[in-house]
Amino acid sequence: MDLLYLIFVDPFVQMGQAPDLLVQTLWDGLVSGVLYALIALGFVLIYKASGVFNFAQGIMVVFAALTLVGLYAAGIPALPALALTVVIMLALAVAIERLVLRPLLNRPDIVLFMATFGLTYFLIGFGQLLFGGETKQMITRQLHLPQGAIDLHILDGLVTLQKIDIAAAVIASVMVASLAFVFQYTRIGRALRAVADSHRAALSVGISLNQIWVIVWFAAGVVALATGIMWGARSEVSFALEVVALKALPVLILGGFTSIPGAIVGGLIIGLSEKLFELYWGPLIGGGTEAWFAYVVALIVLLFRPHGLFGEVIIERI
Amino acid sequence: MTNAAAGETLLAVEEICLRFGGVQALSEVSFDIKRGEIRAIIGPNGAGKTSMLNVINGFYRPNRGVIRFRGQSFTRMRPGFAARNGIARTFQNVALFRGMTTLDNLMTGRTLKMKRGFFWQLLRYGPAMDEEIEHRRAVEEIIDFLEIEAIRRVPVGRLPYGLQKRVELGRALATEPELLLLDEPMTGMNLEEKEDMCRFILEVNAQFGMTIALIEHDMGVVMDLSNRVVVLDYGRKIADDAPAVVKQDPAVIAAYLGVAG
Repeated sequence: MDLLYLIFVDPFVQMGQAPDLLVQTLWDGLVSGVLYALIALGFVLIYKASGVFNFAQGIMVVFAALTLVGLYAAGIPALPALALTVVIMLALAVAIERLVLRPLLNRPDIVLFMATFGLTYFLIGFGQLLFGGETKQMITRQLHLPQGAIDLHILDGLVTLQKIDIAAAVIASVMVASLAFVFQYTRIGRALRAVADSHRAALSVGISLNQIWVIVWFAAGVVALATGIMWGARSEVSFALEVVALKALPVLILGGFTSIPGAIVGGLIIGLSEKLFELYWGPLIGGGTEAWFAYVVALIVLLFRPHGLFGEVIIERI
Repeated sequence: MTNAAAGETLLAVEEICLRFGGVQALSEVSFDIKRGEIRAIIGPNGAGKTSMLNVINGFYRPNRGVIRFRGQSFTRMRPGFAARNGIARTFQNVALFRGMTTLDNLMTGRTLKMKRGFFWQLLRYGPAMDEEIEHRRAVEEIIDFLEIEAIRRVPVGRLPYGLQKRVELGRALATEPELLLLDEPMTGMNLEEKEDMCRFILEVNAQFGMTIALIEHDMGVVMDLSNRVVVLDYGRKIADDAPAVVKQDPAVIAAYLGVAG
């Protein structure tokens, strides 16, 4: 009985007793959820347009952030450095299309997947060669991103909102909305979805695969840059970020690999649930649940919805 | 049936050879497609029919031979070039954009015809909007023509096979091609659907003067539709003539039924 009480009743009693702590936890969960969602968004873009799970998305986040910081350290002012980083992400997209995707055209998806592994290790090595392996500070102030915190005195307590987190949420929302709009309403967006569904059919109506791939990898690069800035501003810029990016996997499983809204909702659910679980249920099993709870949530969702919450249900003729 | 068989040559393949490793998919195949005709390509399974279409629209690069299109010679086609120059096609196993609606599938057929820049389209204003409306009108005409109004907003992955084939034809028509390549447009259809498809093919040919090359297994369909038939067997051309003549050809009968001894 005691155990049942601890699992099913006590956490909610605690929530009621300290509502400010609950709100703070919810906020923290939402914020990390936004960042998970941004990373997942990069994956979804590439998955939609080429059917490939891009293992290199995580390192692209690190690479973009390091490039920005590195250019600033080399004496280029912050905003031109930001613009230059975007250009470099475009160059990276063109190079990936020419050197990796084009030679592997019409190969099985697993070959392309393995190629993204190769790309990951290349970028790790190349990044360390250019920028060194040590941890760096994100140039938050120089980019005119807000710093400091807002203290809300509500619910007989204190809830602290970091301004950078609010900025992250706003930027993420703008990015998601514009990407969704482009996908839905422009010729390029239609072409992107077409390529995602069938390469040969897309070719037969005159869509250029090469052009589309450059566009999606560039878009994923820009999303990676935004993610890198936001994540770097909250902690620091290091290669360890690459591992955090793997948190996007449960997010994608939850939301469905092909859905932009899915990436967002999935990210928020994972962010919220892992923070809440850690605080209220974690102590029952000794804590440290944040490392694995996301995967459990994803597993449970898979049991009931194999295509994720928003994924396309694929019906195969056999 | 139209009398277009006497027209000028729109496309010709000459001595096309295509090898995959040790397999000779096509050997020295030559034939022509005249402007305005319906040209059938038939043959037993594995005869090289689909390979031939893939050579014509640039998916495969032949090892030897020449493709003449509108008087120009090419050693190979490229899919982008073919699409830009009025060659459209459908696929044997239906290659649609499954997640998209019928309408969006047809709109992708207009991709090459949209000229307005990306940022205009984002604004959905002015010239880009006019253009979108104009293309939408063209697509709606095709939807009317193919009698698929009811499924305009349905994601095509959910449609029955026969309708998917019809949507695929619609997408090819939306590119306003000069030459339409149809790879087994009636497979997997019931009699009624086949009759509809035949009617659409004949109308496309008669009303819009579109030249059609089609692969088909149903001999009845081939006899009814086509002006001329080319017969492939093991990658070689074994006959090329009017349907009634081809039907009597001993080599063709042997290829389809096998010969004793």
